[in-house]
Amino acid sequence: MEARATDQVDWAEAVRRVAAAGDQAAFAALFAHFAPRVKGFLIRSGLSPAMAEDCAQEVMATLWHKAGMFDPSKASVATWVFTIARNRKIDILRKQARPEPEDLPWGPEPEPEQVDRLGLKQDSARLGAALSELPEAQRKLVEAAYFGDLSHGEIAEKTGIPLGTIKSRLRLALEKLRRAMQ
Amino acid sequence: MSEAMHVKHEIGDEFLASYAGGNMAEAFELVIACHLSLWAPARARYATMEAIGGAVLERESAEMSAGSLEATLARISGGAPIVPEPPRSPECAVLPAPLRNYVGGRLEAVKWRPVGMGVRQAVLPVAKGATARLLSIPGGCEMPDHGHRGLEMTLVLQGAYLDGDERFGRGDVEIADEHLEHKPVAAPGEDCICLAATDAPLRFNALLPRLFQPFLGI
Repeated sequence: MEARATDQVDWAEAVRRVAAAGDQAAFAALFAHFAPRVKGFLIRSGLSPAMAEDCAQEVMATLWHKAGMFDPSKASVATWVFTIARNRKIDILRKQARPEPEDLPWGPEPEPEQVDRLGLKQDSARLGAALSELPEAQRKLVEAAYFGDLSHGEIAEKTGIPLGTIKSRLRLALEKLRRAMQ
Repeated sequence: MSEAMHVKHEIGDEFLASYAGGNMAEAFELVIACHLSLWAPARARYATMEAIGGAVLERESAEMSAGSLEATLARISGGAPIVPEPPRSPECAVLPAPLRNYVGGRLEAVKWRPVGMGVRQAVLPVAKGATARLLSIPGGCEMPDHGHRGLEMTLVLQGAYLDGDERFGRGDVEIADEHLEHKPVAAPGEDCICLAATDAPLRFNALLPRLFQPFLGI
């Protein structure tokens, strides 16, 4: 589970190059970084290694085809890749798409710092650090929420921690992570 | 509509995180997608929950097989760029887009069934594990006093209801579990239309609603 610092690499620029010029070298760099992470995420989410491999390739192919739709002012590349992987996981595990929120044309204007790509990159670095700094028990709860590998009831059964405590610990952990982004 | 609306009861981060991970039953996802469609501040919190998903992904790693990059490039050469799909359904002042996809149109397309006491419902087609329904409750009408065996999420789409001292209006979500006994009453005025999802049958306390229960299907 190595977590190399990624704030040195401008992944958004690499995606832009893929979109603008079909830049295979930029794509190879994105692939080397994200494909193993997507595969790891999918295995933790319950896919077999063979399925996770196939699915990770598909996620990376989707990244290529959707590169022109990536908006660096809205999300980091890691977040964007996560949503593509999540949607593929849903397709495979459930055979049906999930309901998605509609776009909000009347929503509030994004904060200036949200538009700032450098700001977003620093947010991502801070978020990664905050996740690493969480107490192990809290981090495991956060991961379980995203992998969906264990329900709160199952965690309560395995650990003997009351359900209410599990829920309040998860809320506390998410609150800490949210503050790290602000 | 958007200017007048002020949501006081937003959905909690723990549910948004599960939704971001794609790990909720479809019925609850529908409630969350509609809540996020109606209320931009919750949408901003959801964006943060997706960012946390990105950070969780960054910590994972599993070695790809030899030749996987070449295999992926071969897949890419067979595909075409993906462009965003235009919105599918016409606007509706009551039903947000995710719900219109389930109803098959705007509010007029809902196939209501009367279930007694002036209440109407329409069960929505969602995957097993939890049920979703639209409820229409006449203004001022008292809903049966009930507790819960599982999780229940209720999103108000039109009108409002009162539950004890709390008022739930358009965009508000009420989460109820086994610990909550509540007695919602539709606020006077227009019909209160709600989207309700639950993963367990409701447990009514009064005799009459209990007789209704099999018939209501809730």
